[in-house]
Amino acid sequence: MNRPTPLSRLFALARRPPVRDGFGVGLAVGLSGLAFGTTATTAGLSVAQACVLSLLAFTGASQFALAGVVAGGGNLIAGAVGALLLGFRNTLYGLRMSELLGWRGPARALAAHGVIDETTAVALAQHGRADIRAGFTTTFATLFLLWNATTVIGAIATERIGDPATFGLDVVGPATFLALLWPRLKEGNRVLAIALLGAAIALATTPLLPPGVPVLLASIAALLALGDRAADTAQTTVEEDGK
Amino acid sequence: MMLWIAVVATGLGCYLLKYAGMAAPRALLDHPLVRRFAMAVPVALLAALIALQTVAEGNQLVVDLPRLGGIAAAVVALLLRVPFLLVLVIAAATTASLRALGLG
Repeated sequence: MNRPTPLSRLFALARRPPVRDGFGVGLAVGLSGLAFGTTATTAGLSVAQACVLSLLAFTGASQFALAGVVAGGGNLIAGAVGALLLGFRNTLYGLRMSELLGWRGPARALAAHGVIDETTAVALAQHGRADIRAGFTTTFATLFLLWNATTVIGAIATERIGDPATFGLDVVGPATFLALLWPRLKEGNRVLAIALLGAAIALATTPLLPPGVPVLLASIAALLALGDRAADTAQTTVEEDGK
Repeated sequence: MMLWIAVVATGLGCYLLKYAGMAAPRALLDHPLVRRFAMAVPVALLAALIALQTVAEGNQLVVDLPRLGGIAAAVVALLLRVPFLLVLVIAAATTASLRALGLG
């Protein structure tokens, strides 16, 4: 039997759907770091502060929120609290991701840094622990490297970089979540109802509440799952109950 | 200096929030009600993000034709069973084209 070369192993790995998809998401969404770097330095953060935020926080919505408050000359404590409020949805993701990934100790502590919208969406779309871990890790690694690299570039070259929206990159986020959620929405009426109610709650409360809070409130829609006994036996699928 | 403190506090706080979810006690997650909620919550949050990132800007709901067009194109692509990465390309290309046409 031929010993596989590292290169052929890499090609074989890249052909696995969770790795390919995770890489694509990381690449497409990671480019938004340009927008963050630009926004941050325009708001009055230094290049170093923008980079530290991308390294440590590594969750786009919270980072943009803090930059927004700095730009408006708002209270920094309120700014940090707002950013943390946005970061709380990663706690909710973690409840599910912990079980899906099944890592303990240092591996779990490291993986925790990668628990964000994009990695959760990719992991959720996989079946079986090996694919879940591969999808999560690829998305996390690609996105982390690119997000931090583009933060630096955006922060330094503020004036010279075009708006990512020109290339339609602002639609990549929602399109990613939609495409990854798509197969699950067809699993049953209850999942569809949870998704639609979540979206409706967020839309209805957006004009009334500070940014970030509507998304958290959408978690109320998950209460629809409480009466779903079928979910206890099915690991990743939710059975349709005909109601 | 105050700004540095805010930056580091936000960064560390965001990590601790992520870790808190991942390290939640087993006993808590073994409760059927908590388990069902935890399983369903990413669906609700991601659906909310899809809606808001398509039609919201800050506190306002806006009709941004290029963005709506991009999402509509993604839906059509998904119905036609287009591969995942191609769906993203189609969505971004549609939004960029509509914007280039001056619709945004």
